[in-house]
Amino acid sequence: MITEKTITDFIYREADLLDTMQWQAWLDLFHPEGRYWMPLEWQQQDPVLQPSLMYEDLLLLKVRVERLAGERTFSQKPKSRCHHLLQAPQIVACDSATGLFKARTSYIYTETRGDLLERFSGWASHDLVQIGDSLKIKLKRVDLVNFDAPFGNIQLFM
Amino acid sequence: MDRYRNNAFAVEALVRDTEVHRDVYVDPEIFELEMEHLFPNSWIYIGHASQLSKPGDFITANIGRQPVLASRHTDGAIHVFYNRCPHKGVKIASEPCGNTGKFFRCPYHAWSFKTDGSLLAIPLKKGYEGTGFGDAQANEGLSKIRNVVVYRDFIFAQLNDNGVSFADYFGESLSTIDNMVDRSPEGKLAVVAAPIRYMHTCNWKMLVENQTDTCHPMVAHESSAGTAVMVWKREQGSSTETPMAVQLYGPFMSPYEFYEQSGIRIWPNGHGHTGVANSIHSNYSDIEGYLGQMVAAYGETRAHEILGDVRHNTVYFPNIMVKGAVAILRNFIPIAVDKTLVESWVYRLVGAPDKLYERALMYNRFINAPTSIVGHDDLEMYERAQEGLKSNGNQWVNLQRLYEAGEQADVTAVINGTSERQMRNQFHAWAKFMTIDMDKRVEAAE
Repeated sequence: MITEKTITDFIYREADLLDTMQWQAWLDLFHPEGRYWMPLEWQQQDPVLQPSLMYEDLLLLKVRVERLAGERTFSQKPKSRCHHLLQAPQIVACDSATGLFKARTSYIYTETRGDLLERFSGWASHDLVQIGDSLKIKLKRVDLVNFDAPFGNIQLFM
Repeated sequence: MDRYRNNAFAVEALVRDTEVHRDVYVDPEIFELEMEHLFPNSWIYIGHASQLSKPGDFITANIGRQPVLASRHTDGAIHVFYNRCPHKGVKIASEPCGNTGKFFRCPYHAWSFKTDGSLLAIPLKKGYEGTGFGDAQANEGLSKIRNVVVYRDFIFAQLNDNGVSFADYFGESLSTIDNMVDRSPEGKLAVVAAPIRYMHTCNWKMLVENQTDTCHPMVAHESSAGTAVMVWKREQGSSTETPMAVQLYGPFMSPYEFYEQSGIRIWPNGHGHTGVANSIHSNYSDIEGYLGQMVAAYGETRAHEILGDVRHNTVYFPNIMVKGAVAILRNFIPIAVDKTLVESWVYRLVGAPDKLYERALMYNRFINAPTSIVGHDDLEMYERAQEGLKSNGNQWVNLQRLYEAGEQADVTAVINGTSERQMRNQFHAWAKFMTIDMDKRVEAAE
């Protein structure tokens, strides 16, 4: 039985896997058809015919994760680290009958590499589906408050 | 220290036949002089006419560091102004784009200007009576940039009046813009969204040089494109269709031989392009319905001619790159000697299938975004160069690959695609447009 607590626990665990760089375990949270989306417009509706920062399926997320460990991945020498500070997720939908499980979570995200530290603020929206006893990510949408500003490298996942 | 100011000889000495002095990338005074000489003497991209479709529409941009404003007047003409009120210097528009209605109104003291820049009204106008205001520059309204050319909807401006004409400056290099526009069955492009913006902590010229650097992709991008190819090979299973994403990443791993035969074309004034015979964009899947539209619009022969010219990167000196085959323009905007804002625009080919725009948007976020793994590879190299060039052990950057003694400058030629000649071509133009209006210092001889 999926409860609101199941959803919030899932979201906290996801952030923890990213912060502890357990990339494979993080990928395992995605549904085979799952997507990770970083829009480039305010309240963007279309990830395909409007520009985004990222709109990636599991294949592309795997490429990113494997690249992080690559021998010749010089932008990861030294390696980046990240930290997620999450507000308590707002449950948007928790309905086993329709299979709709959605939450929106306000966050502050920190990414560091070497002596540099960059900080980002925004909202993460999770669309989850139940597979067996557990939840999987159908869509993780990350809206930055300043999506339209020019950033330097963002190499990990918000 | 004024080592280079009013000293054309010293600036010219930074560029040798086969190498350039590191000061072109790291010296703050050189950067200042680029803002004062190079950018005002060159033709700079301002924006696209589709961003100014209605009277009153405006966009803001920079030429070097100078803020400018382009508007569509009621008679349909496009004007470009310095973006400052003639009264106290307040920027007239601060948003990237918008519609101002029938006139611009300064937010500070409500001076207003028609969309052709002329002064419309000043509150308490009688306060200027008998003051000689009629002779003041302020009475002329927004200061206009006289040298503006709209070429197939691409708006270019040149600040200095005594420079090279638009036609002489770009010459045959405009064929890349032609090809990009002709790829629309209606011969028309449109900007329908904001660009991807990416801040680089490096000198702007490193980015421009990298556009025709064909010996780096298989090395620097092994981490991104190489991994993409490897993961796809492992995961593809029985799939026979290569996904669009893998089609975009894969060709970055092409071997040296591929780039050698695909060739580079150079033009006078620092322009040039990679991908003459073919390019990394040549083998994308056909998009259903597109060829039919092109043949209907242009006829069989011309349609194949347009689609068969699949150039890779065209550098329009000094600071834009156009990728006709995917309808992308990258604008390398100098902020400081070690800081560059890159804005990467995607044009929609009017009348073409959505899938083409989808692919161009995907390419742009794969390669040109702060979240792009290919971008991460490149920026890491630029940052390391910006740091490494501070060392005094060797103060020269080598651009010697496939140099031939007696190499001509300001010519059109097609050469081996792994040559560094286009970089040499850029630096020849750099020295020319830096010094064209610079005093030659002679005190050393006094």
